[in-house]
Amino acid sequence: MLAATLLCITRRNPVHAVIYLVTAFFALALMFYLLGAPLVAAWEVVVYAGAIMVLFLFIIMMLGLAPQEVPEGPGWQRWGPLVLLSSSMMACTLLLIFQDPLASKEIGDFYLAPQALGEALFSRYALAVEIVSFQLLFAAIGAYILGRPLPKGDN
Amino acid sequence: MIIPFGHALAFAAALFVLGLTCVLLRRQIIMILIGVEIMLNAASLVFIAASAYWQQVDGQVFVILLMAITAAEVAVALAMVVYLWRRKRTLVADEFNGMHG
Repeated sequence: MLAATLLCITRRNPVHAVIYLVTAFFALALMFYLLGAPLVAAWEVVVYAGAIMVLFLFIIMMLGLAPQEVPEGPGWQRWGPLVLLSSSMMACTLLLIFQDPLASKEIGDFYLAPQALGEALFSRYALAVEIVSFQLLFAAIGAYILGRPLPKGDN
Repeated sequence: MIIPFGHALAFAAALFVLGLTCVLLRRQIIMILIGVEIMLNAASLVFIAASAYWQQVDGQVFVILLMAITAAEVAVALAMVVYLWRRKRTLVADEFNGMHG
């Protein structure tokens, strides 16, 4: 899965990147299932790999994006600080994770039925569900406003 | 799944760093958005692993809310991408320097 993500972020062609990302999402859904979250795994496939990535693919193909991004200047000037930042952050995170005694304990067997998840979602977190639904509504309105034709002479 | 908790956290950290690298490295706005998606997925992996570790339901509820919010974010962001494309016919982030920052 890390390999798929790595391939995803290094492709020049955005369409290839999205396809690799779908592969990575399927692998992540499998991990969710193994960690005892079957409903979330199913939604990962349906929402992320299904809806969101198709939206990306649709936009990329609609705009007809060509593979571009010609690098400027020598390679190490672009890559150097980035690799330094990423690797140092990774090292610090791993150090913090593995010096905690919690990290060596094992995750036990856990399986959460979709029914229990739904009960928690609509009883204790009902307010959060409402807020998220309002946010989806506002996002739809915002997308509509952004998608209107440009006014004349606004370029 | 019988794995140490730290391994799940380390995997999520690797995923997050990959997403961050994508955001910092790529110039096209679409690829920057994909990097944000990867980082959000790393966060949801941490939520799921913690939910399984403490045998609680709350982590999975938060992941579902996170998915809904991500869907909203992607809808608005892609609408903005289309808007920027119509204005300037490019999606390279360096070109949008109209405020001369």
